[in-house]
Amino acid sequence: MSDTTNSLSYVRKEMLDQQPAPRSQVGASRWIRENLFNGWFNSILTLISIFVIYKVLAGSLPWLFGGVWDATSLEECRAILNERFGNTHYACWAVITERWNQLIYGFYPDTEYWRANLAFVLMLVALAPVLFDAVPRKLLWLTIAFPFILVWLVWGGTIWGPLSVAVGFALAGLAFKLTDALDSMAVSAISAVIVAFLWWLVIGPIIVGGLDSALPVGHLQEVESRELGGFMICVIIGISGIAFSLPLGIVLALGRKSDLFIVKTICVGFIEFIRGVPLITLLFTASLLLNYFLPPGTTFDLTLRVIIMVTFFSSAYMAEVIRGGLAALPKGQYEAADALGLDYWKAQRLIIMPQALKISIPGIVNTFIGLFKDTTLVMFIGIYDMLGLSNAIRANAAWNGVYWELFIFIGLVFWICCFAMSRYSQWLERKLRTDHR
Amino acid sequence: MTTAPDPQQDGFRLSQLIYDTRYRSITIQVIALIAFMAIAAFLVRNTIINLSNLGKDIDFGFLFNRAAYDINQQLIPYSSDSTHLRATIVGLLNTLLVAILGCILATIIGVIAGVLRLSKNWLTARIMTFYVESFRNIPVLLWILAFMAVLSEALPTPRAFRGENPEASMWLFDSIAVTNRGTYIPAPVWGSGSAFVVITFLLSILAIWAFGKYAMRRFESTGQMLPTFWIKLAIFFVPSLIVFFLLGRPIGLSMPELKGFNFGGGLHMRNSMLALWLALSFYTGAFIAEIVRSGILAISRGQTEAAFALGLRPSRTMNLVILPQAMRVIIPPLISQYLNLTKNSSLALAVGYMDLRSTLGGTTLNTTGRELESMLLMMAIYLVVSLLISTGMNVYNKSVKLKER
Amino acid sequence: MKKSVFLGALTMAGLAAGAAMAQDSSTLAAVKERGMLKCGVNPGTPGFAAPDANGKFVGFDVDVCRAVAAAVLGDSEAVEYTPLTSAVRFTALASGEVDMLARNTTWTFSRDVDLKNTFVGVNYYDGQGFMVPKDLGVSSAKELSGATVCIETGTTTELNLADYFRVNNMDYEPVPVESFTEAQTQFLAGACDVYTTDASALAASRASFEDPDAYVVLPEIISKEPLGPLVRHGDDAWGDIVRWSLNAMIAAEEYGVTSANAAEMANGTDNPEINRLLGVSGELGAMLGLENDWALNILTQVGNYGESFEKNIGENTPVALARGLNAQWTEGGLIYSPPFR
Repeated sequence: MSDTTNSLSYVRKEMLDQQPAPRSQVGASRWIRENLFNGWFNSILTLISIFVIYKVLAGSLPWLFGGVWDATSLEECRAILNERFGNTHYACWAVITERWNQLIYGFYPDTEYWRANLAFVLMLVALAPVLFDAVPRKLLWLTIAFPFILVWLVWGGTIWGPLSVAVGFALAGLAFKLTDALDSMAVSAISAVIVAFLWWLVIGPIIVGGLDSALPVGHLQEVESRELGGFMICVIIGISGIAFSLPLGIVLALGRKSDLFIVKTICVGFIEFIRGVPLITLLFTASLLLNYFLPPGTTFDLTLRVIIMVTFFSSAYMAEVIRGGLAALPKGQYEAADALGLDYWKAQRLIIMPQALKISIPGIVNTFIGLFKDTTLVMFIGIYDMLGLSNAIRANAAWNGVYWELFIFIGLVFWICCFAMSRYSQWLERKLRTDHR
Repeated sequence: MTTAPDPQQDGFRLSQLIYDTRYRSITIQVIALIAFMAIAAFLVRNTIINLSNLGKDIDFGFLFNRAAYDINQQLIPYSSDSTHLRATIVGLLNTLLVAILGCILATIIGVIAGVLRLSKNWLTARIMTFYVESFRNIPVLLWILAFMAVLSEALPTPRAFRGENPEASMWLFDSIAVTNRGTYIPAPVWGSGSAFVVITFLLSILAIWAFGKYAMRRFESTGQMLPTFWIKLAIFFVPSLIVFFLLGRPIGLSMPELKGFNFGGGLHMRNSMLALWLALSFYTGAFIAEIVRSGILAISRGQTEAAFALGLRPSRTMNLVILPQAMRVIIPPLISQYLNLTKNSSLALAVGYMDLRSTLGGTTLNTTGRELESMLLMMAIYLVVSLLISTGMNVYNKSVKLKER
Repeated sequence: MKKSVFLGALTMAGLAAGAAMAQDSSTLAAVKERGMLKCGVNPGTPGFAAPDANGKFVGFDVDVCRAVAAAVLGDSEAVEYTPLTSAVRFTALASGEVDMLARNTTWTFSRDVDLKNTFVGVNYYDGQGFMVPKDLGVSSAKELSGATVCIETGTTTELNLADYFRVNNMDYEPVPVESFTEAQTQFLAGACDVYTTDASALAASRASFEDPDAYVVLPEIISKEPLGPLVRHGDDAWGDIVRWSLNAMIAAEEYGVTSANAAEMANGTDNPEINRLLGVSGELGAMLGLENDWALNILTQVGNYGESFEKNIGENTPVALARGLNAQWTEGGLIYSPPFR
């Protein structure tokens, strides 16, 4: 083979044109083969899956899209369907279009819907700086002010009531700062609480009463709690439950981790009790028993009672989430705080809590998702949430027998909210993950 | 904490209670205790005053009065002449029944969905993702109502089984009737001598366990592996069947058949139970699927590769290497899912399943007007059940926990 | 910690702000001071009490609340309705959450005596009945042995049912349901053979069915269910007001005073009883601690018993109930008001 001439060589001198890959190795067919039909087991799975999907879609799509959107009663809706298709195997979405406002706002006066809408938008804006780092920090002021704005917008009245509660907080803060020099957390806290209550219970009501009649600034039509309902009540209960339960949960978590035996016992007892009983028994307690436990003659709003119970309920779960966050902090952080000579509260405030809370945010969001879903249980104690309203709508002769349209609508609303929240918590988890995988 | 030498003790000053760390903790505890007792006393006092204003007292005697209402699903004999206490127990058993069945089914669904979500089959993985996301993000109460609606709207009434050409027919050689009042399945009838069969069966289960131990020891000492599966299967069936036929088939089956208004005979699984059971299982299953998935993902690939390098077959890799490790990640959240399922079973009310909430906290509470006693008792029972479950599972968790030596 | 103290305090503030002083020793004074009557009603029974599309409660029971508000406050709209489930109704009344209940509640011994309520009268005489599909071929409740029965749980009907079947030596399968609507849906779907509840509610739901003729209400009435408004034990003055507000509606029908002619009759008639009722003569209002035109307010704003009946549950409404037992005593019914004198 040595006599090869210059034209001959073992290797090509010029590159061949690139050939397209075999059909089976590219594009859709390769993807299908690799993902759907590699091996007999997978092929069977695929076939079963396709069959299931076909069955579900064939059953539901015509029903979903053939539905009637414009009718005033089930009878009328069925008449339209009979005329159009000859049978009634289609949805009656008309119940949603007709009762849409009720499902969202409950029995809120319809001239005042803008207040609910505004409160909802403000809520999103107020939540933004808590949830996303990129949002300007200045918005946190809105977050702090939001609870008072919410009360004013939703329940109406003048701005003086909520403002007075806010002033109480400001005064408490002031008292706390002034006594800070004494360098004792307990003294500061106690004086702050005393000042605040003095304002709320004694001075505030007098001033508010005077201002309400003399200078009714921003008077909105008063709305009773029982007029709240639908999606709105779920959001209100959910948001206030989570907002109030966060501080309570922190206290409980710290108490549970505390070295002080009595404090620890009380906290553990509370947490385990709340976590051991179903939420519905707590709600029944709110509606049936709370009146027994309060001084004779006190009655207050069912919605408020529910919010209190929901707060207790979620604070126990919150405490466990935060305890997880505390446990996940490296021990070095505690030791470093000690080494700096910080006392317990300063260490918690400046070193431990900021980090532990950050780690716990996904858990907190998950607790919130659970709580938000659980707000549907208030239907059992006579609050018209969306599910309760769906019953009330069905109690009306015009819509007797409508099931799926309402269930699907309610389910979809919850799904959108909860899915968005769980996506957020997953995103946050990825963002907070500092290890390198 | 500094360990400075003891300062000169010149008597105890009151300010030490606040400023001295040695005493401060005691001060705080005493304050906490006083505050706690004050709140408790406040609540108890209010309750006493309120009750006396209403002319009521706290008396659990009503539990021994005649209940006067009927319960459809009773695991122990009960009639409207029984006491409220018995009604409570019937309700509790129903709660436990649906909770146990729910935990089992939810685990099965959850493991299948979790594993399939990791499947290489794109379509199956997507379907499972869809299942998990849709069930997790919609309230369980809605699911319970929806399942109930499916069962009572879509299934045939017993009347549809009647006549020459019935619209509906029974399944599996006329042994299972699926109606919108529930599903009727054949029920065993215990003849005389059936106790022997049951005892044999229990003994053979014991034998299977003993055999497993023996095979394991033998494998560990000699390295020989026995075909355990087939032998166990044989032990499971053969002795019981032999005794069964020797004694002349003492256990019969009562088949459901249409008589009167309804099906009679057989075991009646009511729709309220089925709806609650299925909804709770699918809902909790979605959460368990996520737990299983993250448990499996938590085991690093190196473990699988190491097992393969040792020459273990894939199935043994799963059984001996991956699962035991994944279990440690899976168990703690699984416990809380079981607890959630048990607590969610109190939503039985929505579909009229007579659980503890519907008997003690429902009809008994309503007809006796003893809301304080009923609610307290109900909460106590739920609390005990929850604590028992979590204690039991924690014991198990300890046994599979990584033992650091 | 600072923040947590703050938010903890906010909870307390909410408590303090929400805590309203109520349950004065005198309910009447409390209602007058509030300018609102708090009335507990059923969350949804068509015709008796149900929210309409605007969320406003309407119905036969609701009219009793309106009558009391008209009598006490002169405005039948000054009512705050609290929808109460059957489980919480008595507690809500006892705790002062509501001033009165008008929530189709059966007057029984134990509820009156043991649960410390005062029933002030009966606004509807009801009884428990059975409804079955016609093609079941049943014509008497005695043939129902072995049937599946839908029943609202936690009510007296549940106890009546158990007693009835036990006494007649029949067995049955109860299907407990949580609400009226749920019961209807289950019954229509055939999940139970029989639906039992108060006969009025049976008629109401039958009327709302797509094909009412396919269902029959069986002739047996197995219980007495006198439904009426009630108040707390111990405030007799308040009880009198509610009792006589109801009686005023009943008496007005008997004497032919309607919402249309009440104002005219208030100028004086030759029937002394009407004159006393409408406050033309006598001081009946003052004796109750009310204005003298209290009954006039009821009649002009709410109407008499018969008008309320016809408007909410009468034969021209979807509920379509006949007067039956609830006709005036003069027409063979049981509705009877003690004399106004």
